[in-house]
Amino acid sequence: MALELVFQIEGGDFSNAGKASSQIKKVLKQLNIDTRIIKRVVVAVYEAEVNVAAHAHRGQVKALFGETEVEVVVTDQGPGIENIEQAMQPGYSTASKEVREMGFGAGMGLSNIAKNTDNLHIESEVGKGTILTFRCNYS
Amino acid sequence: MKVSDLVEKYGLKVFAGQESLGKEISGGYVSDLLSDVMGHAKENEVWITLQTHQNVMAIASLKDLAAVILVKGLEPDDDTLARSREEGIPLLGTNRGTFEMAGVLFNELKSS
Repeated sequence: MALELVFQIEGGDFSNAGKASSQIKKVLKQLNIDTRIIKRVVVAVYEAEVNVAAHAHRGQVKALFGETEVEVVVTDQGPGIENIEQAMQPGYSTASKEVREMGFGAGMGLSNIAKNTDNLHIESEVGKGTILTFRCNYS
Repeated sequence: MKVSDLVEKYGLKVFAGQESLGKEISGGYVSDLLSDVMGHAKENEVWITLQTHQNVMAIASLKDLAAVILVKGLEPDDDTLARSREEGIPLLGTNRGTFEMAGVLFNELKSS
C-alpha cells in the first residue's frame, strides 16, 4: 500500500520551510532508501517549499511513496510562472529584496530541483498558480 | 577533527547544540546563499555564514551538517537558537570574518 503525506504552506511563511522535506526524509529513512537518493529528494522538496513561501499565496506539498519511487506534487495558488524556460535558467529570479536578503531567491531553486529529480514537470497559469510534479526512483 | 576541538582551539562561542559537539568534521562550506548550500554542502561539513535566521538550522539539519559558524560576532535570532537545540546541531560564533574563519578551518583540516 502506498503511503501519502500532505503538507500545507502559507505564502511568506519561511519558518515552516523545511517541514515537508524533513518529514519526507524521515519516511525515506524508515523505508531504508539509499541515502544518496534521500539527499536528492530532500534538496528538491526543500527548494519547492521555499518557492511556495517566496512567491505564492499558499500551497501544498503531497508526497506519494510508491514501491519503486516517490512522487511529489507541489500545488500553489499564486502568480504563476510566465516563462518556464526562463525560470529554469540558473540565476534567473523574480524574488523580492527581502527574500534575497535572507539568502533565498538566487535563482537556483528550479534548477536544483531539476538536477536532483528523475522527472520534473511544471504546469503554470499566470495569475492562478503552479503545479510542480517530480519523481525520484529509489534505485 | 571534532567540532569540540575546533571550539576549544579557536575559542568559538557555543550558542546552542552543546551536546552534539562530538561530531567529526569532514570539511567546510562557505556561502550565504541558501540554495547554494542546499545544492552543494555535504554531510558532516561545517557551514560558515553570516545568515542568522532559523532557516539556516533547517538546512543544516536537512543536509546533516556537523555545525554552523556565524561570523563577525553576529548573534543568532531566538528561533534559530531554538531550532539548533531541537535539531541537535551546534550553532557556533566567532568574531573573525568569513575569510579568516574559513582559512583557519581549511588549515586545520589540511593538516589533520
